[in-house]
Amino acid sequence: MNSRIVPLMAFVALVVLLIVGLNIADHKTDLPSPLIDKPVPAFDLPVLATPGQKMSKESLLGKPYLVNFWGSWCVTCRAEHPVVTELAKLNAVYIVGMNFRDDETDAVNWLRRWGDPYDVSLVDADGRVSVDFGVYAAPETFLVDPSGTIVFKHLGQLTWDIVQTEILPRLANMESGS
Amino acid sequence: MTVELGQISLMAALLTALTLGLLPMIGSYTGNRRLMAVSTTASLIQCLLLFISFGILTSAFVMQDFSVEYVARNSNSLLPMSYRYSAVWSAHEGSLLLWELILCLWIAAVALFSKRLPEVFRARVLAVLGWVSVGFLLFIMLTSNPFGRLIPSAVEGMDLNPLLQDFGLIIHPPMLYMGYVGFSVAFAFAVAALLGGEVSRDWVRWSRPWTLVAWAFLTLGIALGSWWAYYELGWGGYWFWDPVENASFMPWLVGTALIHSQAVTEKRGAFGNWTLLLALSAFSLSLLGTFLVRSGVLTSVHAFASDPTRGIFILGYLAVVVGGSLTLYAARAPKMIQGGGFAGLSRETFLLINNLVFAVLAAMVLTGTLYPLLIDALGAGKISVGPPYFGLLFSWLLVPMVLALPIGIYSRWQQDSASRLAGKLRAPLLLSVVVGASAWFMKQEMGLIAAIGITGGAWVILASLFYVGQLLKRKNSLIIPGSVLAMTLAHAGLGVFLIGLSVTSSLSSEKHLRMEAGDKYEMSGYTFEFTGISKVQGPNYMADEGEFIISKGGREVTRLHPQKREYAQRGNTMTEAAIDPGFLRDLYVSLGEPLDQSGRAWAVRIYHKPFIRWIWLGAILITAGGLLAAGNKRYRRKMAVKKPVQASTEEVTA
Repeated sequence: MNSRIVPLMAFVALVVLLIVGLNIADHKTDLPSPLIDKPVPAFDLPVLATPGQKMSKESLLGKPYLVNFWGSWCVTCRAEHPVVTELAKLNAVYIVGMNFRDDETDAVNWLRRWGDPYDVSLVDADGRVSVDFGVYAAPETFLVDPSGTIVFKHLGQLTWDIVQTEILPRLANMESGS
Repeated sequence: MTVELGQISLMAALLTALTLGLLPMIGSYTGNRRLMAVSTTASLIQCLLLFISFGILTSAFVMQDFSVEYVARNSNSLLPMSYRYSAVWSAHEGSLLLWELILCLWIAAVALFSKRLPEVFRARVLAVLGWVSVGFLLFIMLTSNPFGRLIPSAVEGMDLNPLLQDFGLIIHPPMLYMGYVGFSVAFAFAVAALLGGEVSRDWVRWSRPWTLVAWAFLTLGIALGSWWAYYELGWGGYWFWDPVENASFMPWLVGTALIHSQAVTEKRGAFGNWTLLLALSAFSLSLLGTFLVRSGVLTSVHAFASDPTRGIFILGYLAVVVGGSLTLYAARAPKMIQGGGFAGLSRETFLLINNLVFAVLAAMVLTGTLYPLLIDALGAGKISVGPPYFGLLFSWLLVPMVLALPIGIYSRWQQDSASRLAGKLRAPLLLSVVVGASAWFMKQEMGLIAAIGITGGAWVILASLFYVGQLLKRKNSLIIPGSVLAMTLAHAGLGVFLIGLSVTSSLSSEKHLRMEAGDKYEMSGYTFEFTGISKVQGPNYMADEGEFIISKGGREVTRLHPQKREYAQRGNTMTEAAIDPGFLRDLYVSLGEPLDQSGRAWAVRIYHKPFIRWIWLGAILITAGGLLAAGNKRYRRKMAVKKPVQASTEEVTA
């Protein structure tokens, strides 16, 4: 084979990859989670940067909350961060940051650098709770209702669109229902 | 009405670019000299029109015309005057306009300074550049118009992202784009050479100074970006292997390979096809970088403005430019291996090692940057490839390069003998080991890897300086030839960078503290005393400003005033670190959050960063070397194909 054609072929492969990438950027794939309508997995985790304090699933019963899995190593979490911040400003829901598989210093730095949108940050250092939640990539976000049932899950970067079309209406439902 | 003029001017520029792309190209095939001569006029008119367009957008910012959507989104009536200028390129639309303006500047420069090139070749170079410009102008006008009106007009602007309200941002993007876009010239020379059918070595000599200037600007642009990240992001880091950083780093790596392979092709005729391919790749990677940053395909801290729909256009553009040029390469590149052969031990071999290292580095960075996308495309979730991958790779690939570089400087073309080289290199090698070993004895906590890094840096610097010394002794003169000085500066810059990198990554200390007014903390021999917080009012923000008195051995060294700023309009808070820079160390303090209600206790980060300035000093030396090499007289002299050679006694070395 003519070796001078190799660069061209490599480039064609690259273009195919980029086209696929664009489609993903357009509609992020949403896999249904088997956990929807199931109770939140149990957890009892230390609070970030607050030695001695812990928080469990039980203590969060009675109000809706959002669980956002993130790590300082995760570039997409940085991209998502402004959206979480905006959502936090609305004061519409209690937001639990699940810092998983992360170094605690890095996590604290990250929150200081970018701002801390979380009402509370829990440390899932070995990622055990993330496995129970079925998280396989960060960021991932779960909406939990006052009875402790997962009502919505989003895989990948949270966008303002999703906040408006998926999260806020569900929260409004919970309020009118209760 | 004025902003509409900007848009009209942009349309006129598009028509001019089309003329530039078409007429001289037709002229070059039909031998019509009048058509070919259009290229000069069209290049200059295009440049003028872009200046008008850019000037109009700038004046909309300066005069606070919030009826322009782009201005309303990125400015505010309280924005200080200097940032109103730089706000022009703070987001997507304006960045592209700056990109295009700089492209037009390069085209005009080529039109003005390449009059001595063969007519046909010159017409094709400018026509190819004209097509590059057509693509970008279409992109701006179809997807990213900066002149769109807001109806009804906004009363107040949303303000400029505070991260970008900074001196570093004023100069970083223009420098970076000078480099990115400058590679289009090397690209156009390569395409014109391929179009000509007979790919001689001449195109390489003609394109060398252009490539060097572009590469020097890119070096400076990347260094400025890293410096900006260091002082503005407030956590002491200077490089994050972020996709956007990688996007600028890949063309730099390929560009570095290119300027070295150009040397081989010009002098010896070898590596001809490889040089062609590198020239095409450097610009292709610049475009790919633009695509990655602007399309939202990869998410990154830097992507201040990205939009998937625009990605389609850039991808199409990329496919035409890169796909077209690679097809041309496949069809037209010479089938025969040209150029003289060379022995295993020769300067060619060492430049080949250089090229391999840089090409592999670029490929690895490309892989690492696109890998998350690939995983995503396969439906396996979103992941990030971070510093561990890049850092490890980078340090391992630096080893062969640093080892080989000095030997390459001393070796002769075609063939050399090991014993001759060993004789010449013994002294710098021994001395650099002494330097590395003494550094390690003075500060053993740096560890072995850092000591090896220092040895490597010293090896590159000392061997370069010894080379100059021996050359001067042989010639019995005190004047260093320009090309040797350029090479020495750039290589010494690499050495300085390596030493800075080794020391700062091994000996930096950082501490996160809870401090109340009056608290003291000691680090690396310095005492940091926190005296308290006061409120400060800035032009468009309120800030809590802390004061730290730093002393060493009881004597005050400096006072630092880090701030925590609250920007009213956007409601973001920003950390403004305070830095006491120094040749041998930086002291760096940044404020975190208040830790209690009364505001007495604060989270504080303190850093001691030895030798960090050497990283940027190295980059400045490399830039200076690149610019000096580009200014070398021999490019101008040899370009005069038919004119009588001006009397010059300067000897051509290297």
